[in-house]
Amino acid sequence: MEMIGQGIVAALKMLASGDAELVRVTLLTIRVAGTATLLSILVGIPLGCLLALARFRGREFMISLINAGMGTPPVVAGLVVSLLLWRSGPFGYLKLMYTPTAMIFAQFIIALPLVTGFALAGIGQLNPKLQDQILALGASRWQLYWLLIREARLSLLAAIIGGFGGVISEVGASTMVGGNILGRTRVLTTATVMEVSKGNFDIAIALSIILMFLIWLVTYALTRLQQRGRPQ
Amino acid sequence: MKRLHRFVVLAAIMALIVGCSGQQASTDPQPGQPQQEQQTGQPSSQPEAPAEPEAPAEPEEPAAPENPEVILATTTSTVDTGLLDVLVPMFEERTGYIVKTISVGTGQALKLGENGEADVLLVHAPESEKPLVESGAVINRQLVMHNDYVIIGPPDDPAGVKGTATAAEGLKKIAEAEAIFISRGDDSGTHKKERSLWAAAGVEPGGQWYQETGQGMGATINVANEKLGYTLSDRGTYLAHKKNIDLEVVLEGDTPLLNIYHVMQVNPEKWPMVNGEGAAAFVDFMLEDEVQEIIRTFGVDKYGEPLFFPDGGKTEEELLGG
Repeated sequence: MEMIGQGIVAALKMLASGDAELVRVTLLTIRVAGTATLLSILVGIPLGCLLALARFRGREFMISLINAGMGTPPVVAGLVVSLLLWRSGPFGYLKLMYTPTAMIFAQFIIALPLVTGFALAGIGQLNPKLQDQILALGASRWQLYWLLIREARLSLLAAIIGGFGGVISEVGASTMVGGNILGRTRVLTTATVMEVSKGNFDIAIALSIILMFLIWLVTYALTRLQQRGRPQ
Repeated sequence: MKRLHRFVVLAAIMALIVGCSGQQASTDPQPGQPQQEQQTGQPSSQPEAPAEPEAPAEPEEPAAPENPEVILATTTSTVDTGLLDVLVPMFEERTGYIVKTISVGTGQALKLGENGEADVLLVHAPESEKPLVESGAVINRQLVMHNDYVIIGPPDDPAGVKGTATAAEGLKKIAEAEAIFISRGDDSGTHKKERSLWAAAGVEPGGQWYQETGQGMGATINVANEKLGYTLSDRGTYLAHKKNIDLEVVLEGDTPLLNIYHVMQVNPEKWPMVNGEGAAAFVDFMLEDEVQEIIRTFGVDKYGEPLFFPDGGKTEEELLGG
């Protein structure tokens, strides 16, 4: 109990002092997880729509892959990206290993199936008659997609929250492809693991509190967005 | 109006992310650019138009070396004790190199070196390092410093390790009493040392009482502390954790418990991507008088005793003999 108290005190002190390193770590956390989530939205939502609406051979198989991918362990994503980006790997010449870009790649792999899977479920859940109705009213293909996306926005925002939550909380991939390098690839989760292994539990608790607050803040903004326009 | 609100919130999130990347003074090579950079050997200090949010402007580095990036693969103990937090920024400031410190177990660090994935190694498993020197995977291997391992255990010492003269004898007592022993189990330098001590004791450890964590030293000490078991730790990490744990030193001072750190370059002739110049600069830096003096006094203010003893310029034989 005493330790938790010390952690909260340390967290407040660190926040109050505006510690430059802490600010940098927090900003990098937002930047990496945010970029990975944005990329996964750009790819995942159209992909989810496609899989929900289109009918083609192998569709069910693809959906099963996406659904399985929703459980991708971050360390597996980290390992795959490591194998690709190591100097001995096929993309070693890009020199991306141990950079935030590598972390974004790995987190994108984690977030993409989450966003796609949720989007697919959300769009798929809409009444199929809605499509016919919209088309009957003379909407174009793109207008149809846009209306369906609007209709499914509760699920789609859940997809975004799920994707973001999946990447901001992972530590395995970030450690493997980022290397937890001070000032370059250290994020809140990897810093927390490191502080625990250094025996600095108070700093680790402080970092956890900041991370939880950050997750809540972003989720709150997205929830506001999601719940807006709901009938009271 | 509703749509406008939605737009504002989305725009705010975007701005936050983009804003973060703007403030990040990172030096990542940009996708598409690095290959060219590598061939022309130019440091990427020209301003480039950021194509993506994660591509920030490059900082201006005075007299930057041709290939500024050095990957240092090292053991957890040099990082967890905070030693490299002092030395690496000093090296970067003095030479203009950018060090990427990857803190892993010595086994993995050696593997990264053997595959050319790192440029310079700072490790502590002399017996495992020698084959790499012989095979030509690493060059310029230099003794940097030493400290020692200690066996720590519960204060009531159920196996009666206190008072035994050698580490081998102490371990034998633990095995006989089947007292809980927590092993790193991760092929790190400490784990390699532990295996050699068991071999010296003539015991093949196994069974309920012998447990492997597969984690770093700090995490392993925490497990040993919760389970009230014994473990082998480097003194530095033990001192860093001393304030949190009940375990205490039950055996120390035996010659096989010496923990010897070497720095070495990965052979750039074997792997063209290895930054030989940067690695050589780091090796030289570690052996400088000023750096050796920092090593000598590091940790005294915090723990009341030094964590490492500098050995720059000595040979391993001199160290073991003296």
